[in-house]
Amino acid sequence: MASRATQVVPLEDVVVECHDAKTYRFSADGEPRPGQFLMLWIPRRDEVPMAYSYLRNPMGITVREYGDATRALAAEAKKGYRVGVRGPYGNAFAIEGTRALAVAGGVGIASVIAAVEAFAEANIPIETAFGARTKDELMLLDRLKVAGAVHLATDDGTAGHHGFVTDVAAKLLAGGTFDMVLTCGPEVMMKKVVDAANGRGVPVQASLERYMKCGIGICDACVLDDRLVCADGPIFWGEALAESKDFGHWRRNICGQRVKA
Amino acid sequence: MADLRAEVAGVKLRNPTLLASGFLDETGGSMLRVFNAGAGGVVTKSVGPEPREGNLNPTVVELPVGLLNAVGLPNPGIADYEAEAKVAVSGGAAVIGSVYGRDAQEYAAVAKRMASYDVLAVELNLSCPHAKGLGTEIAQDPEAVEEITRAVKKVVHVPVWSKLSPNVADIASFADAAKRGGADAVTAINTVKSMAISADLKMPVLKNGYGGLSGPAIKPVGLRCVYEIFEAVDIPIVGVGGIETGADAIEYLMAGARAVQIGTALLRRGLDVFPRACAEMSTWMDANGYAKVGDLVGAAHGK
Repeated sequence: MASRATQVVPLEDVVVECHDAKTYRFSADGEPRPGQFLMLWIPRRDEVPMAYSYLRNPMGITVREYGDATRALAAEAKKGYRVGVRGPYGNAFAIEGTRALAVAGGVGIASVIAAVEAFAEANIPIETAFGARTKDELMLLDRLKVAGAVHLATDDGTAGHHGFVTDVAAKLLAGGTFDMVLTCGPEVMMKKVVDAANGRGVPVQASLERYMKCGIGICDACVLDDRLVCADGPIFWGEALAESKDFGHWRRNICGQRVKA
Repeated sequence: MADLRAEVAGVKLRNPTLLASGFLDETGGSMLRVFNAGAGGVVTKSVGPEPREGNLNPTVVELPVGLLNAVGLPNPGIADYEAEAKVAVSGGAAVIGSVYGRDAQEYAAVAKRMASYDVLAVELNLSCPHAKGLGTEIAQDPEAVEEITRAVKKVVHVPVWSKLSPNVADIASFADAAKRGGADAVTAINTVKSMAISADLKMPVLKNGYGGLSGPAIKPVGLRCVYEIFEAVDIPIVGVGGIETGADAIEYLMAGARAVQIGTALLRRGLDVFPRACAEMSTWMDANGYAKVGDLVGAAHGK
């Protein structure tokens, strides 16, 4: 059996990224590729899917404090704190094309940062449009800037364009020279990015998020239409998403009921 | 070419490999995908009277010998499940509806509703080892198995398969109880109650503590259970537990099963597990002079 046993690992570093997100670094077996995720076991709390924001040991994840488990992790975790990890799971971003644009919203940057760096390493020019609610939430900027040009947007106008990152992305796409788009962020944002790229015939890859239990393609909790975000995704191509009834509209709740996204 | 068609208590299947309950079967789209990949049929997620969240994570542990899970019966509830069943049934899938409840009355009510969704049979999950207050106690009590099966039989017009737990001293006596209740078939086995412990953290890995073990580790247990039931009780058996290859399926058929269910092997073989197991069965049957699935059933008993 392709065993991806739970590894209990001590945290080697905890970095505060902004008021509600931290990066946790640890060393574990496995060779994740850009866009893949792991299941993070926060002992006594929960286990949740997290994208790798650092691929090589000490690998890392960048976690926004959005629920009880992640808040508890942020409150308790310091160097030496032990978490469980299993992975890598899911597919990865395709590093291809001749000029790429990454569009990220909020902590969605954690899912694309490794891919942005991979494009740069592959000598494919890449630019990033990155939006957040406010300046403080624009994380991992140093790494983004090393990889390529960065275009910022904030809801409150504290940095970059005052407004939506999708407006920034639309303007960049209108330039007509990008032949690859990758995106991660709130689904309503990604829907706009995917529609815009599809409309221009530019290949687009989106990293999706759904509630997960198993993470390994058996429990059917994270289904998108008839695809599994954990095993068929989390990266989906724009042409598949164009045919999706669920993308941007529906999700499954923890009971498996289909509810409005 | 061997004829792979199978029949369980009047339920006709294009081949004997069914998707086991609990795998890719919470939604209609996934069930149809599995059927279209080549499964002979699909058993639904166990569905109850109300929406249920299941257990908190961690709910699965991947082990070298199999899979430990305590997903805890999450499901959208029988009312919402109509839309899921409809997607699969209208798409042409052979669907067996799995149900659970707290007591005979609830089982009957949910089963009646499930049967109305045009499923070919109803499977009673009498044996989930990781949902508190559901299944575990029933699984240990032959009178409950009989009572629930009887209550369901009274209200549904399709065949009823009672799914049994291996976590008992004498599984054949439970098959006999199901038969007394009117079961048309029994499914054996559910997962084996198990646990995993993290030495580093000094605690069970599963949030629920206990879970159910599936996969290669439990195949010998499942084979033994099917064999024992076949010896003791005259009732059709659906075999499940650690089946991945055609050889595994043939062993279960020879132990006495008329069809088999596959779940955990999806992790190794993906959706191809169904066509691959069927092709392997067919090859073996041709080479060994078996023309049809029925010729294999119970062959290991030397009768």
